Amino acid sequence: MPPAVSPLLQDLQAELPAACLLTDRADLITYAYDGTAAMRQLPLAVVLPLTADQIQATLGIARKHRTPVVTRGSGTGLSGGSIPVANSIVITLVRMDRILELDTRNLTLLVEAGAITQKIYEAADAAGLFYPPDPGSMKISTIGGNVAENSGGLRGLKYGVTRDYVMGMEVILADGKRCWLGSRCVKDVAGYNLRDLFIGSEGTLGIVTQVLLKLLPKPAGRQTLLASFTSMEDAAETVSQIIAARIVPCTLEFLDRKTIQCVENFTRVGLPVDAAALLLIETDGHPAAATEEAQKIEDLCHAHGASSVRRARDSAEAVQLATARRSAFSALARLKPTTILEDVTVPRSELAGMIREVALIAERWNVEIATFGHFGDGNLHPTILTNERDLEEMKRVEHAIDAIVEAALARKGTITGEHGVGLAKKQFLRRQIGDSSHQLLTLVKRSLDPDNLLNPGKIFDLPPFADHHVDAPAH
Amino acid sequence: MSTPLPTKAIPAKLGVGPHGLAALDYSILQQCMHCGMCLPSCPTYLETKRERHSPRGRIALMRAIADGEYAVTREFGEEMYYCLGCLACTTACPAGVNYAELFETARADIEQHRVLDTPARRGIRWFALRLVFTRPRLLKVLGRLLWLYQRSGVQTLLRKIGLFSLLPRRLRELEKQTPEVRTQFSDSLVKEVEAPYGPKRHRVAVLTGCVQDILFSEINHATVEVLRENGCEVFTPRNQYCCGSLHAHNGDPEAAKDLARRQIEMISPESVDAIITNAGGCGSHLKHYDTLLADDPRYAARARIWSNKVHDIHEWLVKISFRKPKEAPQQDQVITYHESCHLCHGQKIVSQPREILRSLPGMTLRECAQSSHCCGSAGIYNLTQPATAASLQAQKVARIRETGAHVVATSNPGCHLQLQIGLRDADDSMIEVSQPVLLLARAYAEERRHRTMKR
Ligand SMILES: Cc1cc2nc3c(=O)[nH]c(=O)nc-3n(C[C@H](O)[C@H](O)[C@H](O)COP(=O)(O)OP(=O)(O)OC[C@H]3O[C@@H](n4cnc5c(N)ncnc54)[C@H](O)[C@@H]3O)c2cc1C
Ligand code: SF4
Ligand code: SF4
Repeated sequence: MPPAVSPLLQDLQAELPAACLLTDRADLITYAYDGTAAMRQLPLAVVLPLTADQIQATLGIARKHRTPVVTRGSGTGLSGGSIPVANSIVITLVRMDRILELDTRNLTLLVEAGAITQKIYEAADAAGLFYPPDPGSMKISTIGGNVAENSGGLRGLKYGVTRDYVMGMEVILADGKRCWLGSRCVKDVAGYNLRDLFIGSEGTLGIVTQVLLKLLPKPAGRQTLLASFTSMEDAAETVSQIIAARIVPCTLEFLDRKTIQCVENFTRVGLPVDAAALLLIETDGHPAAATEEAQKIEDLCHAHGASSVRRARDSAEAVQLATARRSAFSALARLKPTTILEDVTVPRSELAGMIREVALIAERWNVEIATFGHFGDGNLHPTILTNERDLEEMKRVEHAIDAIVEAALARKGTITGEHGVGLAKKQFLRRQIGDSSHQLLTLVKRSLDPDNLLNPGKIFDLPPFADHHVDAPAH
Repeated sequence: MSTPLPTKAIPAKLGVGPHGLAALDYSILQQCMHCGMCLPSCPTYLETKRERHSPRGRIALMRAIADGEYAVTREFGEEMYYCLGCLACTTACPAGVNYAELFETARADIEQHRVLDTPARRGIRWFALRLVFTRPRLLKVLGRLLWLYQRSGVQTLLRKIGLFSLLPRRLRELEKQTPEVRTQFSDSLVKEVEAPYGPKRHRVAVLTGCVQDILFSEINHATVEVLRENGCEVFTPRNQYCCGSLHAHNGDPEAAKDLARRQIEMISPESVDAIITNAGGCGSHLKHYDTLLADDPRYAARARIWSNKVHDIHEWLVKISFRKPKEAPQQDQVITYHESCHLCHGQKIVSQPREILRSLPGMTLRECAQSSHCCGSAGIYNLTQPATAASLQAQKVARIRETGAHVVATSNPGCHLQLQIGLRDADDSMIEVSQPVLLLARAYAEERRHRTMKR
């Protein structure tokens, strides 16, 4: 006899088309993870809505049965943001992926939240326009996930992050209300800036269903350089010199030796596998300016110890090199079964020191760490290569992570530059922002989602509203 | 010579001791760090956007089985037969996950657990995998019968009276897809040993394949001809066995191993410079005899030699710097290239077929969008999953037509057939389906014709 269907599932079945509701154990297993290492939790059910109405209906049922809801894009997140909580409903927006409107007069693009970042880039590109944010996962991440994490990308140095391109968005709140945040105007100061509050809220304040994005004209020229160095110090020094020379490249990425080797193993684009550090640098803009800047950068690289500088011959080669850099994190999985990616950011002047310290930490705790990241933004991804089944080593890994976070905070840095707090970093959040700010965050959450329905347990732990008064201490 | 393979029944109950996914080297599963980078390349995920239909999802299920948190269920069986086995995920995966091995192990596990078993399915599997595709002579007899049926007018007659409309839809589709069988198989088109035109530089063996030989024997003939044009003495054993790829991909590793041993006996790998295959799917499997027979004390060493010597025809031609033809196989034609999954994803052979196509005078290569996306043929996928196969086929045909090409070249009999049917069903299309070696052989033949005319 089949197991009795719970009242919650009965309600969901009554409300949703069969193809939009998954409850098979096989399906549940496949929504138990995201890109974060060593974290898994099975949900109760998975909903793949096609419309905002279906999301509202699902939220209504969830409220009725006091069942938490975890919103999900493509599950590429690296802080556990879309990992289900126990007994929850997962709503994944990947089927709501339409591009709704390209406004070439106002340079805006309206999309559904499940639209893939790469598709957005391509749609803009086809119209001679440019959507700059390009997280390493852009081939598959959704814009909703990007907005929820305020994702950065390779072009962050010159063009900023997702936040800088969101003009407005439609969200569904925990109580089922649909509202529009932001506007179509470049300038707008009507009321609190709730749009920015929702950007980076990691699915804890509302479900984003549509996003209105700002586009730029496509830069006419682009130059791509690959500079190799025999020491990480030289590379870091070169970066300081480039910034000191008042040049703002659009991309300034680096890879260390281990990362270079893994990436080359996958892409075979001819990276110098014996280099200690590699800088991937792009300039763009007016063709003459892009070329001139690239030349200046090339000279600076040579002056500061670059062993070689390669200039991409054409756009195909440039794309190849950027793609190689984007695969860095996944390619590192070639070395050890478990790869734990850190995401600390420090003021740029602290970069060289931070990199040195990461190396010392690796030595002290006897763990293998490869590092790459967005040099121009001060955003480092020390990646710990380990095996989650080796419990003794995992202990040391935890110490190493703690030490990295401490080192970043000591340098006035942040515990996460782009991946978010989620489950992975919540133990460190208070250390960075202090008690009163921490409490303020929980107050905001409580006022928008009193039942703690949306992605509970992410960013911070908050007991269910029903059992606690608003101004009770956060613990 | 052709003694049948032992068709020993697989034990009804699971044998003792570990096997399948549970016994698999766990690090192969752990290699997947669920980054999702493979999702946009997976045709089944793109069809449904459902995570379990993605490589990452399938690997998660396998890992749950290995961890003892999930069992080999009917759902899992259906899932793994919904997977095309196209290996696009392995090309996309930066972490280097060995999905091919996971896929074969999972399917073998499913067969061992008999979760999809029905009497009809068991019958068909026994008939196809154990009976027909292990006996080359029987396969040809069946091929001949099919030919007779098509030629005798019985097929046309039956089609005319509309008798097929009485058949269930699935069978009707199948009947429409029965391809035209060749009048002659390779054994009568090429001699067992053919001398090179000109001085001999290499000695190679040619594998004729099963489907290739029955449906496209002229491609085998063309393969032998281009090899002869390039200084190769060609050995083509008579009555060849199936390479076993069909068995390995469909959960019958034991039969695959037996067939591998027979192949090695048939062509002593020590005696030739190269073993040439011209079907992407077979090649991908043939190159893995070393791992397939790694635990076989008698054959492991020879299997390693074998794997080193197996070359896809395009790979081999480029390796020996093939001679560029001087004449055009066809005049002023635009050609496009559809990559067979197991050639590009399985064997990573991407540039060589294009190099051959570019060498053809009178033909211009125009790339087709997503040339490495699966066409939906995928072994017998178009029979087992007709809806998805048809959808992929339609997408492929549309992209080919976008290029405006006159000819589409591919390099696997399954793809060849799938494109032919797809283009035929798209009605107004006049696009010819061909293969790089066929065009190359035609160009060489054209050259020879010109030489004799001049004389
Ligand atoms: C290989 C790789 C490279 C990466 N590179 C970068 C990089 O360069 N820069 C960077 O910033 N990140 C990077 N990431 C992290 C990740 O890709 C981003 O965080 C991305 O934005 C997540 O998008 P997603 O669609 O996969 O969202 P998910 O992972 O599914 O979800 C992420 C969070 O967003 C919430 N969410 C998702 N959709 C919605 C919605 N519609 N409404 C409300 N909340 C929602 C979820 O609840 C969760 O908290 C990388 C990840 C990988 C695997
Ligand atoms: S790309 Fe590779 S590592 Fe990433 S999810 Fe797919 S199979 Fe796993
Ligand atoms: S083999 Fe093809 S269909 Fe199967 S998971 Fe990989 S990409 Fe998807």
